[in-house]
Amino acid sequence: MTQKLVIIGAGMASGRVIEHLLDADPSAYDITLFNAEPRGNYNRIMLSPVLSGEKTYEEIVTHSDAWYAEHGVTCRFGEHVVKIDPEMKVVEGENGHVPYDKLVIATGSAPFIIPVPGHDLPGVISYRDLDDTNAMIEAAAKGGKAVVIGGGLLGLEAAAGLKERGMDVTVLHLMGHLMERQLDEAAGYLLRKDLEVRGITVKTQAATKAILGEDRARAVLLESGETLGADLVVMAVGIRPETRLATDAHLDVARGIEVNAQMQTSAPDIYAVGECVEFDGHLFGLVAPLYDQAKVLADSLLGQPNAFVVKELATKLKVTGCDLFSAGDFAESETREDIVFRDPARGIYKRLVIEDDRLIGAVMYGDTADGSWFFGLIKDGTDIEDMRETLIFGPAFQGGASADPLSAVAALPPEAEICGCNGVCKSQITSAIESGATDLGAIRATTKASASCGTCTGLVEQLLQVTLGDDFQMPQAQPVCGCTDLSHEDVRRLIKSQELKSQAAVWQELGWTTPNGCHVCRPAVNYYLLADWPLEYRDDPQSRFVNERKHANIQKDGTFSVVPRMWGGITTPDELRAIADAADKYDVPTVKVTGGQRIDLLGVRGEDLPAMWADLNRAGLVSGHAYSKGLRTVKTCVGTDHCRFGTQDSTGLGIKLEKHLWGSWTPHKLKLAVSGCPRNCAEATCKDIGVVCVDSGYEIHVGGAAGMEIKGTELLCKVATEEEAIEVISAMTQIYRENARYLDRIYKWLARVGLDWVKEQIVDDTENRRALAERFELSQSVYRKDPWAEHAQDSATRAQYAPLANLTLEAAE
Amino acid sequence: MSWIDIGHIEDIPLHGARVVKTPVGCVALFRTGAAEVFAADDRCPHKGGPLSEGIVHGQSVTCPLHNWVFDLNTGQAQGADEGRIGTYPVRVESGRLLIDGDAIGKRSAA
Repeated sequence: MTQKLVIIGAGMASGRVIEHLLDADPSAYDITLFNAEPRGNYNRIMLSPVLSGEKTYEEIVTHSDAWYAEHGVTCRFGEHVVKIDPEMKVVEGENGHVPYDKLVIATGSAPFIIPVPGHDLPGVISYRDLDDTNAMIEAAAKGGKAVVIGGGLLGLEAAAGLKERGMDVTVLHLMGHLMERQLDEAAGYLLRKDLEVRGITVKTQAATKAILGEDRARAVLLESGETLGADLVVMAVGIRPETRLATDAHLDVARGIEVNAQMQTSAPDIYAVGECVEFDGHLFGLVAPLYDQAKVLADSLLGQPNAFVVKELATKLKVTGCDLFSAGDFAESETREDIVFRDPARGIYKRLVIEDDRLIGAVMYGDTADGSWFFGLIKDGTDIEDMRETLIFGPAFQGGASADPLSAVAALPPEAEICGCNGVCKSQITSAIESGATDLGAIRATTKASASCGTCTGLVEQLLQVTLGDDFQMPQAQPVCGCTDLSHEDVRRLIKSQELKSQAAVWQELGWTTPNGCHVCRPAVNYYLLADWPLEYRDDPQSRFVNERKHANIQKDGTFSVVPRMWGGITTPDELRAIADAADKYDVPTVKVTGGQRIDLLGVRGEDLPAMWADLNRAGLVSGHAYSKGLRTVKTCVGTDHCRFGTQDSTGLGIKLEKHLWGSWTPHKLKLAVSGCPRNCAEATCKDIGVVCVDSGYEIHVGGAAGMEIKGTELLCKVATEEEAIEVISAMTQIYRENARYLDRIYKWLARVGLDWVKEQIVDDTENRRALAERFELSQSVYRKDPWAEHAQDSATRAQYAPLANLTLEAAE
Repeated sequence: MSWIDIGHIEDIPLHGARVVKTPVGCVALFRTGAAEVFAADDRCPHKGGPLSEGIVHGQSVTCPLHNWVFDLNTGQAQGADEGRIGTYPVRVESGRLLIDGDAIGKRSAA
């Protein structure tokens, strides 16, 4: 039979209780919800962002009127409860009685008001609910001076919010440093400094004597005799449990309403939850234990066994730009030792408190990225003796792991708590990601992680990154192929750092699961090795796609196309005659002009290739590398030689560039162009590297593409001379060769590393530019030669193009 | 079986292939290890790609046209692709490559 449940107070704790009840058994209770505020449940811990203007009230509503209606909750909002009668089991509201089978008191807390003279003047506001927040926003709109009494969590958030809204803000704090319950003196100092930088005045050891004013607050008088002008006074010195109804009903009340581990009060059918309760001597002000209580209470109401336990709590301040974290106990004592790290220049302070080889407290300011990890160590009582030396540097430095910024998150154990508000641990989030929650919204919907105060959003996003790769939708750190778990970047890094100079070394040292890779990884590894070790490693033709092995493009019928190089698109009658002769001699069915300003001979039989090359070589023609992940063409316009608009010798520079770069292997194809003026007839601004000549020199553009994707270039730099242009382009080619993943065109690689980084490396740092150009030249000492000539002249290589045997001929009997 | 000598193992590059023309069509000889050779049809059942031009890895070859991968032991296409290439008995003796003449429609000349 459905029982009647009455809940007094629509706050975050009772909101959670209702959710749990509806989830478990929607028909168990007929719920009536009283709230003194004329509205339902909203996310109270987000009031600070509302105050500062970063969010609106609508954004922090957690349960709308429609939600209550949909779930059959009877709402009596804006109605105070006058009395509880535990004998008759009736709640008396301002507008009438409601009988109950079970009652939940969730009246929360009331702000503590210092009873100084003038505390009840208009213009004195506490900071507790939306009405207070709106009152502050309204007051701030008039500008003027605000005095915030109380330098704890709430007071500082109020101060920061009012400052954001343009008020002149002073914080008064009774103790020697801010947030003394959560921070030690050093961290309190840094916090004070940050607040002062924002223009907030902080007065510590400041006791309020009176609030002055006739009709409204005008000033605050301190014990020291100092008077501070004030148009608005915010009292944020603390909260006390709201116990009035419980006391009147003769329930056991100490500082809060006393409850047992099942959240039951001294009266059998009356429960209490949230900030109004006291359990085992503890009061509760943060949301995480409230949510724990809510779960326990829901279970108790449904007759399920469960028990509330008090857990360690960590604190973060929700003031944008003030990054602080504190957890555990950090009072000094003889049996305790400190590990302290300070970086004054960056305003970073970290202190760990250790007792009996266990971490018992942590305070951090300025860099709180490792907070969750330390908090985990405190909660679990982990023995830290072995990692004591490097403990303060966080999880990234344990076990010699790399300094990857994400590794700290990756290193967290599965049970590490990520979202303190909702008690969500890492493994819950990662399993949600694995079951398809691939963005922040989905994580919030499925786990509630980062759905309350939001300070763990960064961590959740990093987990998404760690679990899914760089891009939430498109995992980017995926392995090269099924032969390894390593990504392209990992393989490149390890080839360099471990000085792996052969394929065998890569397979062995990097734990390849196949004997010699596959058609995906082996060409990549072959390229990485020859790019990093040009002198030590020899290019392996058997690790290349057929086109690069046979130096011609395979066609769909198994024949090949042959494209001789025409430097800068310039040719001669003799060359054209040689091409025509070769086309005749080898029955070339199709002769075509390419977009790269040269001639393509299509339909050549594989067996004929070496002989045809030898013929072309005799006329001075060499491979055009129209087949390679390497330099293709340098397209040019005619420039100053003939054109009336030309500003420089674009053809000459194109030829120089092509002669400089040809033969080099690159991660993907590399196409260049040089235009003699900004009319850009050579279409330089859609090439991998393009030069646009201007009167004063040469603009070097990079990152264009006109293939599967169309992309205009971006300007890398402008130089005055051809020599500089060639050096910059050599360096650009080399930095791309050394860093990009195999099969990334320059534009794709730039999207990963950013043009700014490339500029730093080769535009700003001229020494590095020169070094890169020199390394390119070193590699070119091996590769700047014609592969056609090599293949045509070497009889063993030449033989590879012919069948091994022909058994179709009749053998003699 | 009638074994026909078709060349020396060093005529085939390691992890490479060579073609033998036979009465049953072109047969590719794949050298997968220092002394390990397989023989199979040089024609991919998908679009007729020349498998001898593919990348040889492990005991498999990848077709150069559309990356179909064949296990050279069975001739079976791997992964999602369905198809099979004919395989032929071949052996290496003192470095000489011997192919089964019966299987390729050719009796031994010896």
